[in-house]
Amino acid sequence: MPSLDEISVLSVYSAMAVYAIAFIAFSIDLARRGAVAAKAADADAGLTGTADGQPAAEREPVGVLQAAATTKAAASTAAASAGGAGGAEASGRGSRWRSATADGASVAYGRSPALRVGVAMTVLAWLLHLTATLLRGFAAGRVPWANMYEFALTGTLIITTVFLIVLVVAKHDLRFLGTFVTGLVLVLLGAATVNFYVSVVPLPPALQSAWLVIHVFVATASVGFFALSFALSVVQLMQSRRESLVASAKAAKKSFLATLPDSNTLENLAYRVTIVGFILWTFTLMAGAIWAEAAWGRYWGWDTKEVWTFIIWVVYAGYIHARATRGWRGSRSAWLAIIGFSTVLFNFTVVNLFFKGLHAYSGLL
Amino acid sequence: MVSTSSSDRDGGVDPLRPADHVDSPEPAPGDGPGVAQPKLGFVGWLRFGWRQLTSMRTAILLLLLLAIAAVPGSLVPQRSSDPNGVTQYFTDHPDTAPVLDSFQMFDVYTSAWFSAVYLLLFVSLIGCIIPRTKHHFEAMRARPPRTPVRLGRLAGYTTRPLPDGVDAETAVAEATKLLKQARYRVERYELRGEPSVSAERGYLRETGNLVFHTAMLGILVAVGVGGGFGFAGQRVIVEGQSFVNTLAAFDSFNPGRFFDPNSLAPYKLSLNELGVVYETQNQDALGQPIDFTAHVTITDQSGPAEDGQVKVNEPLRTHGTDVFLLGNGYAPHIVVRDPDGEIVFDDAVPFLPQDANLTSIGVVKVPDGLDAQLGMVGFFYPTQDVLGSGAYASTYPDLVLPVLTLNVYEGDLGIDSGVPTSVYTLDPSGMDQLTGGETGVDSIELKPGERTELPGGRGTVEFVDDSPDAPAAVPAGSAADRDYAQSVKRFASFDIHHDPTQGWVLVFAILILAGLLASLFVPRRRMWVKVATRRDGSRVIEFAGLARGEDPGLEAAVAAFADKLAGPVAGAESTHDTAKPTT
Ligand code: HEM
Repeated sequence: MPSLDEISVLSVYSAMAVYAIAFIAFSIDLARRGAVAAKAADADAGLTGTADGQPAAEREPVGVLQAAATTKAAASTAAASAGGAGGAEASGRGSRWRSATADGASVAYGRSPALRVGVAMTVLAWLLHLTATLLRGFAAGRVPWANMYEFALTGTLIITTVFLIVLVVAKHDLRFLGTFVTGLVLVLLGAATVNFYVSVVPLPPALQSAWLVIHVFVATASVGFFALSFALSVVQLMQSRRESLVASAKAAKKSFLATLPDSNTLENLAYRVTIVGFILWTFTLMAGAIWAEAAWGRYWGWDTKEVWTFIIWVVYAGYIHARATRGWRGSRSAWLAIIGFSTVLFNFTVVNLFFKGLHAYSGLL
Repeated sequence: MVSTSSSDRDGGVDPLRPADHVDSPEPAPGDGPGVAQPKLGFVGWLRFGWRQLTSMRTAILLLLLLAIAAVPGSLVPQRSSDPNGVTQYFTDHPDTAPVLDSFQMFDVYTSAWFSAVYLLLFVSLIGCIIPRTKHHFEAMRARPPRTPVRLGRLAGYTTRPLPDGVDAETAVAEATKLLKQARYRVERYELRGEPSVSAERGYLRETGNLVFHTAMLGILVAVGVGGGFGFAGQRVIVEGQSFVNTLAAFDSFNPGRFFDPNSLAPYKLSLNELGVVYETQNQDALGQPIDFTAHVTITDQSGPAEDGQVKVNEPLRTHGTDVFLLGNGYAPHIVVRDPDGEIVFDDAVPFLPQDANLTSIGVVKVPDGLDAQLGMVGFFYPTQDVLGSGAYASTYPDLVLPVLTLNVYEGDLGIDSGVPTSVYTLDPSGMDQLTGGETGVDSIELKPGERTELPGGRGTVEFVDDSPDAPAAVPAGSAADRDYAQSVKRFASFDIHHDPTQGWVLVFAILILAGLLASLFVPRRRMWVKVATRRDGSRVIEFAGLARGEDPGLEAAVAAFADKLAGPVAGAESTHDTAKPTT
């Protein structure tokens, strides 16, 4: 009878295998995009629409005014009852994603079985991953994020979760990020299981705190958002390079990028994802300070981990400012998002493993 | 609604932004100081410099600079957080350390250059938020701007036919009511016989932004003040002993610059017991500590004694101070007698732990009572084992087979010169070693409840067994193994802090978070509803919006509002409803 932790590890390996399949499928899709774009460029028919219209979602059949026309008295009731929904969200329930061309993509992109396989496999891998993480938690009898291996396990799970959630809520079709997301998760999970695995041990007293649950979880969640922001910013940079070439070079039209949203759309998306990550990171920093006060008697002491949390926060504050500054919007701010995520990764890997400090919880020492 | 005199200024209610903000108008070429204005007086330069300092660009550069300036402090040990690391660094790198030190690399976060960056950033911040706050107060009283003549080119523009039987005034009145319910500020306008309502919402966005930036300033001030008036002290207490919160009683004490020692509340803290639980089941983690709990009693002049406890992560807050449990270890009880049997030393001596299994080092100093001053350097092994090399080690942190070894020195302890010396170290330079090392005499080795002769008839030393039922001391090597679980007392090392502004820092931190949420997620937008007359004389209701800042939901909001007021467009599909590509 294998232990819970053994099943968990088995589940991690299965998840990695399925992530690998998803990664391949997403990559095939990207390659196909290149081909479609090339064909479109050759045919110079960038506008073949694919948006097969769906009926508009059901709405309230009449507005306030129609009601007013019938009876003045009824009008005020209708207005009052409808008042709560003022300035509400888009009502287009039937259609989550804009058509490719509405994103500003220059080439419409039709059906892609590879993309479907990629998403389906990602969901499957996510389920296995979730199982692995839960089992690890049960095996330990606590939250599964108390050492490097567990940070990696939970952190990558959250990256996938954020990706899947964003797919569901975003109005844009962001499935093309799958290559990046599954690739990143695969690499991190692989590195973690090979290098960081430690068996289940009880929590040292310094980690026995509700803040472990909150602070570390929120930190990992914001890493999920920053990862997406990084990916979007990279694609944004590539896209804007292509856009500056597109007038002159025919080759640029053949790139898979032609099927993706334009750089401006990508920038807006990256910004939205980043600010969510930034808020979570702000909270992480503050929760960490509160915890540090309880555990070490001071809320801020420039411990190495605190220093890097601060650096990450400041870099992203710089990014948000850059987005609002003439001459910095666009590629420069995208570079800041990329630097930001690099500091996040640095903090998670190098700082955890090689820097000395109070936060020595990698479990590897 | 009160309207200000300049309410007609279009854009008068926009938030004020530095000149290089994306929402600010592009500067005309030749604007500002440059080649166009060759002569710039002193005041002109000052103004120019201030403009530069308070620009968005400068804020970005200073933020990035701050991030970079913070890096070295994580690479090199800092005096504030790791003083031993700094000492070690000086030993390991005798050449580079002084150079680094001259750049304040061991005090990065209080260094001149780090301070310069953040102080400049905060000056820039002040320069930025003061005019914006002033402007924002005015904006909140200004009325929404005049409805543009042509709405057609604005965001989310859509039209609905004016229903039969509804006149233009009624339509605009209903729109006004609905907008008000949706928390818009509204203003009626009439242009060329076309009634309209202009609405604006989301002032909270700018409020949030200002609260956020101001609260950051608040944190800086609160931290500075707290550091000036607070203190942090450390004190080691052995089980059964106590400490009174006065300056002299601390082992080390770091007051803020303005701290008044008379403000210390003189309460007494006694450590009754330090409970430690070790993992005993999980084979992967045997001996890992699971819990530390210091059971203490607090007494002051006024009231009855109060019991309390201090745990890791659960400080005790009493008398305006916070008491933290930051360390623990063993304090072997050692008694030294002179050749006549008179006690010349009797104390539980805290030994500093060196590893996870609590191999510990401690020092005994006997300044008086013997012919010469005596010093002993001791190793304590809670669970002793002999390594292959013959050296001793501890293999478990709890008291299973406790052994104390002592090396004895005789000579000048160096404590009479007035130079403060650590109680945890012995400087053997002025002393003769009597046991261990190269003396050829075996180190003294004792288990709890054993005593032995000091070399050369200098007296005896006893390792007292502090168990409640301990038998009388026996000569070294003759004690029968027994349950030693209570034989050696533990000590707790407490940090005692007072930070008068900690609560303020928390308040500002919450404001930062709240301000941030408001300023990033509250959409600031304008909406217009106008009844327009077409060339053919038919009348339509026009809707349009305008984003002030990031506002991804604007078009959907305009459409939703139009639908609510006048019903959906029959058979048509609005822009946000195109289908996704099916795959
Ligand atoms: C102390 C360092 C600073 C930090 C950490 C910081 C951080 C931030 C953050 C996180 C935001 C986005 C959230 C919000 O809109 O409230 C922001 C926005 C903003 N900050 Fe700062 N800031 C700093 C200093 C400054 C300075 C010196 C200026 C003036 C030049 C400034 C001007 C602005 C402006 C105008 C915005 C609004 C941007 C927009 O329109 O989206 N900030 N800042």
